[in-house]
Amino acid sequence: MALADAARRAPPDDLPPRDAPRAAPRELAAEPALAVSDLRKAYGAHRAVDGVSFAIRPGECFGLLGPNGAGKTTTLKLCLGLTDPDGGEIRLGGHPVPGEAREARVRVGVVPQLDNLDPDFTVTENLLVYGRYFGLSKRAIAARIPELLAFAGLAGRADARIQTLSGGMKRRLTLARALVNDPQILFMDEPTTGLDPQARHLIWERLRKLTAQGKTILLTTHFMEEAERLCGRLVIMDHGRLIAEGSPRALIQQHIDPHVVEVHGEGVAEWAERDARRLCRRVERTGETVFCYDADVAPLLADLEARKELRYLHRAADLEDVFLKLTGRELRD
Amino acid sequence: MDGHTAALLRPPALSLRFYPVWRRNLLVWRKLAAPSMLGNLADPMIYMLGLGYGLGRLLPEIGGMPYITFLAAGTVCFSTMNSATFETLYSAFSRMHVQRTWDAILNAPVTLDDVVTAELAWAASKSVLSGLAIMVVVWALGLSTSPLSLAVLLVVPLIGLTFGALGLAVTAVSPSYDFFMYYFTLFITPIAMLSGVFFPLEELPAAFQTAAWCLPLAHAVALVRPLLLGNVPTDIALHLAVLAAYAAAGFYVALVLFRRRLLS
Repeated sequence: MALADAARRAPPDDLPPRDAPRAAPRELAAEPALAVSDLRKAYGAHRAVDGVSFAIRPGECFGLLGPNGAGKTTTLKLCLGLTDPDGGEIRLGGHPVPGEAREARVRVGVVPQLDNLDPDFTVTENLLVYGRYFGLSKRAIAARIPELLAFAGLAGRADARIQTLSGGMKRRLTLARALVNDPQILFMDEPTTGLDPQARHLIWERLRKLTAQGKTILLTTHFMEEAERLCGRLVIMDHGRLIAEGSPRALIQQHIDPHVVEVHGEGVAEWAERDARRLCRRVERTGETVFCYDADVAPLLADLEARKELRYLHRAADLEDVFLKLTGRELRD
Repeated sequence: MDGHTAALLRPPALSLRFYPVWRRNLLVWRKLAAPSMLGNLADPMIYMLGLGYGLGRLLPEIGGMPYITFLAAGTVCFSTMNSATFETLYSAFSRMHVQRTWDAILNAPVTLDDVVTAELAWAASKSVLSGLAIMVVVWALGLSTSPLSLAVLLVVPLIGLTFGALGLAVTAVSPSYDFFMYYFTLFITPIAMLSGVFFPLEELPAAFQTAAWCLPLAHAVALVRPLLLGNVPTDIALHLAVLAAYAAAGFYVALVLFRRRLLS
C-alpha cells in the first residue's frame, strides 16, 4: 500500500504548522484525496478518535466501518474541519485541515447521516440555494440542475416540495445537492440508513457510477453488505482506533474461515459444548444461536443432518462475520 | 489558555460569504410572507391604535404630545425589538437545531462565523420591516409630520442588531424552545415596562430608572421619541454607543457560545 505508507511517512513531530505553505505542485500530483495521520480527539476522558491514520487514493471508494460510537462521525467532522483535532495531521484535497478547511470544502460534497434539506423549498430551490453557498452563480447552478435531477432520478420532480418526497427521493436529492459544486471527493455518512431495498440499490448504483466517473468516495456505514459491494478498500474502527484495513475480500480471507454454519433450536447450547467444539475450528454463541466457522464444515453438517431438533444455515463467510469477530457481539448504544 | 479555548475566543471572522445564507432566509420569508407580515406588523399596530386611541381618550397629553404619538414612538422600538428577538430565538433555533439547516450550510465553504453573521443581518433586516411598517402608519395618520422623523429609520436597524445579537446569545445555549420563555418573561417583558415604551420612564422609582438606563431599549426610545416630534435628541452619541456596545458584545458572546456548542 504505497499510499498508506505515504501517509505514515511523516512522523507527527515533523508536522508543519497549520499555516505552512502548501506542498509544491510536484507533490500535489501524487497526493491522496484525503490523508489523515495520527488523528486524535478527546471529549473529556473519552478518546473519540485515538491515533487514526489512513489515506484515500483519488478515484477510490473507501469505507470507514465501525459500531455506533466507534468514532466514525467524529472522524468525518475532523476531516471536514468542523471541529479541531487535539493532535495529528489532515490533508484534504491538498489543503491542510483545519487551517484551510474552508478552501478544502470548495471541492467536497457531503451526504449527512440525517436529512437536512430545506423543507420550505422545492427540489430546484434546494439545489439553487445550496449552490450559492459555494459562490456559484444562479446561471451556473441552473445549468447543472437538469443533469443533477436526472442523475438522482428526480427529473419530473423539479418543482416538488420536499414534504411530498419519499425517504429514498430525499436521500437522492441530498446526493444531488452534494454534487452541485462538482466535488472531487464525497463524504457519505451512512447514506442508505432507513431506506428500503429498492431505494438502497438505486443509491448503490449511483455511487458506482460516481466512482466510475473518477470521484473519490469516503463512505461510513454499518451495513457490511454495502461496504462489501462498494468499497475497494476499507478500515474497521472501534473505540477510536483502526483495528483492520484492507479490501473486503482480503479482510475476509485474513480474519475468518470461509464457511459459516448458523445453528439454533432446542438444546443448541449443549450441542455447541459437546459436539460443535469437537467438529469445528471456531464456535461463537450469541443468545440462542451458535456460529461455527471452519474451512471444512462437512463433518459438522453431517452431524447436524442427524439432529432433527436443530436447524441450521450454511453460508459463505462475509464481511459482517469479520466485523463481528473484530468488534465483538455485544450491543453498542 | 489551551488551543481549544483560544479557538473559541478568537475574534469574529467577518466576510461577505454571509450573503448567500442571508438570501436563503429571504427566500423562505418571501414564501411565507403573508402570515409573517400579519404577526410581525399587524399585531403591534393593533395594540398601538387600540391603546393609543382607547386609553388616549382618558389621558391628558404626555410630555406635550397626545398619548397615541407618545405610544407610537415606543411601539416603533418595541416592535423592532420583538421582531429581532423572535427571529433570533425561534426561527434561528429551528434552522440550527430542528431543521439542521446550519449543519448543511457548514458542509459548504461557509464558516460558523458567516452563518451567525447572516442570522444577525437577517434578524436586523426583518426588524427594519417591522419598524418601517409602524412608521408608515405614523406618517399616514399624521402623528408625525417632521422630516426629522425620517431619521428614525436610521435608528431602527441598530435596535434590530442589538436585540438580534442578544437573542442569538440566548439561542446559543438553549436546549429547546421552552427555554425562550425565560428570556421573554425575565428580560423582554420587564425591559418593555422599564424603558418608557407605554409610559414615561420618569414615573418609575429612581432605582428602576437607573436599571432602565443600563439596558438598551430605553436608549432606543430616547432617540426615537424626539425624532418623531421633530426634535434633535440629546446625548445622541451616548444612546448610540450603548446600543452598539450591546450589539457588539451580544454578537461576540453569541459567536463564542455557538462555537462551543457546534464546533467542539
